[in-house]
Amino acid sequence: MSLRLLAALPFIGILLGVPFVNRVEPLVLGMPLVLAWIVLWVVLTAAIMAVVYRLDPANRAHDDREPEVQS
Amino acid sequence: MSALILIAATALFALFLGMRARRGHDMNLEQWSVGGRSFGTAFVFLLMAGEIYTTFTFLGGSGFAYGKGAPVYYILAYATLAYIISYWMLPPIWRYAKTHRLISQPHFFTRKYQSPALGVLVAIVGVMALVPYLVLQLKGLGIIVSTASYGMIPSTVAIWIGALVVTAYVIVSGVRGCAWNSVAKDLMILAVALFLGIYLPIHHYGSLGEMFRAIDAAKPGFLTFPGRGQSVTWFQSTVLLTALGFFMWPHTFGSVYTAKDERIFRRNAAILPLYQLILLFVFFCGFAAVLKVPGLKGGDIDLALFRLSLQTFDPWFVGVIGAAGVLTALVPGSMILTTASTLLANDIYRGALAKNADDARVARLARMLVPVVALVAVGFTLNGGNTIVALLLMGYNFVTQLFPALVCSLFAHNRATKQGAFCGIVAGVAVVVLTTLMHLSVEQLIPFAPDVLKDINIGFLALGVNVVVLAAVSLVTQPHTHADHEHAGAH
Repeated sequence: MSLRLLAALPFIGILLGVPFVNRVEPLVLGMPLVLAWIVLWVVLTAAIMAVVYRLDPANRAHDDREPEVQS
Repeated sequence: MSALILIAATALFALFLGMRARRGHDMNLEQWSVGGRSFGTAFVFLLMAGEIYTTFTFLGGSGFAYGKGAPVYYILAYATLAYIISYWMLPPIWRYAKTHRLISQPHFFTRKYQSPALGVLVAIVGVMALVPYLVLQLKGLGIIVSTASYGMIPSTVAIWIGALVVTAYVIVSGVRGCAWNSVAKDLMILAVALFLGIYLPIHHYGSLGEMFRAIDAAKPGFLTFPGRGQSVTWFQSTVLLTALGFFMWPHTFGSVYTAKDERIFRRNAAILPLYQLILLFVFFCGFAAVLKVPGLKGGDIDLALFRLSLQTFDPWFVGVIGAAGVLTALVPGSMILTTASTLLANDIYRGALAKNADDARVARLARMLVPVVALVAVGFTLNGGNTIVALLLMGYNFVTQLFPALVCSLFAHNRATKQGAFCGIVAGVAVVVLTTLMHLSVEQLIPFAPDVLKDINIGFLALGVNVVVLAAVSLVTQPHTHADHEHAGAH
């Protein structure tokens, strides 16, 4: 469940964060702030999902999948 | 001339690759439509990424940035959120599809709800959304080829040739042809988009930052969400709505079945967000065109990337861009064609007309339908009036209506009934049609709403009605507890 909370962060960052950064200046890496904010969250999402993948017991061993299939 | 040769060579190469993809596989129905459920990480990855890199992104993404500015950012956001959802949503879909040997999206609904009628409905909704999408690819193809060949190949000829190439390799190799070609497509688009997105701003403005400063000075407010219209509220609601609909496209849903194991989806959920950052570079191209080729209006904004390229590069390089553009039309086009034919043969023909047809007959019919669907699409592309434009606007909202019934079906104890799912989808689709045809917005429906709420994407209304109807009808048609147990046991 905590994995899902972690994965909820990008939703909060992108959907709720954008109203607060809807500005051009300061440019970040040459991009308007609001665009840079969204790009930042895209990158963070990839990182978060990599962490989730690592921590999720479903991905640990091949044998773990068998009981899951039957459920 | 060099551009012409490059584009022709690309079309031939796509045809060759698509045909060759069949090698070593006996093309039965399962092989043809879902690649025998044998694709590894790379192929599944590319098929799913195929949804992002279509002519819409290449022409439309840059055109959107050129014409509207900041609202284009939403494209980057919605797919990212969709991939997060995919981590949990796709593995159970894949597992169920594998156990029941499903080959299409409507097939999934038919089995889950034990209702062939629901399957037929889902198939009809799917085809209504897919055909205009195919038309969009062909239209894009025509624009790209005629522009990149400096008018030497008229767009009508390009559309016919493109449709022929795609039809040929889809009939022969089915989804395998799509997968092989998507490798070529993604390599080219990756290289071209990265190069253009970096080169154009530097060449024309000195640096990315200076480009954005120049645009901001010339057009204040262009780079941020406006206060009204495509405002922040519009962004939030559209991103959320589109993220929910993302995997509801029949061809994207179908590409889930091609995977050979479920961990592929979880792994891809971490990689795909980064991969789609290529879109950022497509946006840069569109922004670079804002001050350099001003004055494009209406449908012409989609030409922004090519107009700027024509003015910047030698003809041979315009040919390279054109070739990449051709592939962005052909590959998604072939995916859509495979899926639409499968839906018609497996879910509408077998689902409604000939319930006892065997796989071999369905496979034969699906292939025979490929040229028919292609012809219909070409017809719409060449003579398309307002109908097709309206259908295009509705496509995404149509497939999003499948989301509530799908999510309910993934729960261990599904409280939604087949009647509920059916009525919910019908109600949702009806609201989409009504609001689109009457050009309704939330502002018109609730004029007294606070400003913040007025820009909410009207698609939420359809989804809301859908959910309410689904819940209400399911409540009324709830089977007795005994029957419920039997139903659960049938899985």
